[in-house]
Amino acid sequence: MAEIRAEMVANVWKVVAAEGEQVEDGATLVILESMKMEIPVLAENPGTLTTLAVAEGDVVQEGDLIAIVE
Amino acid sequence: MFESVLVANRGEIARRVIATARRMGIEAVAVYSEADAGLPYVREADRAVLLGPPPPARSYLDTGAVLAAARQSGARAIHPGYGFLSENAEFARLVAAEGLIWVGPSPSAIEQMGDKINARNLMERAGVPVAAGTADPVTDADDAAAWARRIGYPVMVKAAAGGGGIGMSAAAGEPELRAAFEVARSRAERFFGSPTILLERYLPRARHVEIQILGQRDGQILTLGERDCSVQRRHQKVAEETPSPGVSPALRERMLQAAVRAGEAVGYRGAGTVECLVDTETDDFVFLEMNTRLQVEHPVTEMVTGIDLVEQQFLIAAGEAVSFERENVRYAGHACEFRVYAEDPRRFMPSPGTITEWAEPAGEGIRVDAGYEAGNQVTPFYDPLLAKLCVHGATRPEVLSRARDAVASFRIVGLKTNLPFHAELLDSAEFASGSYDTSVVARLRP
Repeated sequence: MAEIRAEMVANVWKVVAAEGEQVEDGATLVILESMKMEIPVLAENPGTLTTLAVAEGDVVQEGDLIAIVE
Repeated sequence: MFESVLVANRGEIARRVIATARRMGIEAVAVYSEADAGLPYVREADRAVLLGPPPPARSYLDTGAVLAAARQSGARAIHPGYGFLSENAEFARLVAAEGLIWVGPSPSAIEQMGDKINARNLMERAGVPVAAGTADPVTDADDAAAWARRIGYPVMVKAAAGGGGIGMSAAAGEPELRAAFEVARSRAERFFGSPTILLERYLPRARHVEIQILGQRDGQILTLGERDCSVQRRHQKVAEETPSPGVSPALRERMLQAAVRAGEAVGYRGAGTVECLVDTETDDFVFLEMNTRLQVEHPVTEMVTGIDLVEQQFLIAAGEAVSFERENVRYAGHACEFRVYAEDPRRFMPSPGTITEWAEPAGEGIRVDAGYEAGNQVTPFYDPLLAKLCVHGATRPEVLSRARDAVASFRIVGLKTNLPFHAELLDSAEFASGSYDTSVVARLRP
């Protein structure tokens, strides 16, 4: 199981994957935006996206949970 | 001169424009989003009007909210700064329709230069050299590939309505080009509201050099020298200097003349910048684009000429003469600007946060244009520019020496900044030698 957390304060621009989806290692799950830069959040292992903790338009703080891939 | 101006911007540039307005006795009205209520520029304005929530679309890009703020405050003019609405021709038209003075060029000049394909074609007709590239919008990846074969690789893929390096990338071959085209198109659509793409021949060993122009009411175009902006990361400028160490007097003369033709071609009025690429191998240049507004790095020009560019903008907008005689302009010494960004100095990733300590360098030849101070929160909603450290001296070595001390003594605590990168840049043999190009940052970060 891998918990994916935000590396910085950012806005959630786009949610690319859906809960329950099978994802590959390195797949883009969510795209964050901070300071006019797009920052893709990637799966760190293959598996099932069991939790997607953010929605488009949310603001995440550094360390906030974004997703869990099991 | 108009008695009041609304500054439709935020951070360091709002503060800088407000400072000149107040010095000239013009009442300065600030606008701010909920995220920016505590910033110095809001306090330093004569009055301040809340625009709305933090996202730019609901505050600084909301033309209705900005015009309502102008009505509410009774401001007689609008200065757009850079970014946000500064190159929005439709907004410039709305400002005029309200009976207000737009501190900038005509909507038609903004429009003609805003579309990079149109600007390229227009410049070519005006006798300004352009790089080999597309004369019409590129419609799809196949079209892009066909064009690239004609132009010759490597090519640069750009958004026609774009700016700030967003969506821009170079491609050395067809697979790379197809990927670059898709990225550019989606970014162009999202950031600029237009998916139109152009291709241009990419110059791998180029310097990015721009000419400052001032178009006066009588149509005469003045030039105020060049700025070298070759220190870039992600195609965005990090440090600038004037004069350019890579431009010979003969090349400078040709570039200045081309910039005058560029300005004349669109009947340019006010402060503008003609950006060019200088091929370091052939000592030649091509037109890149024109920025129809005040440039972020304008302070280096102000430091060597002693001319306040915002003051000239106000004078021209009010239909008055500029404050100096063109034959009396003197270029004294050398100046550099270092953009202090809220980002980590290794990978240049954004680093929003709260500033707990802020101490600016001071001393001879040092100017700091800062948007923040201790206690401010730097949010993810806007660009990462915290401050511009500007250094003037008699010679380039003197400037670099002063800059090293200034970078070392600039203290910002609470978030990551790129100050350590600037220290590295100043210590690098390539930058110190002056013979660098737009890949200098990539070579420092292999």
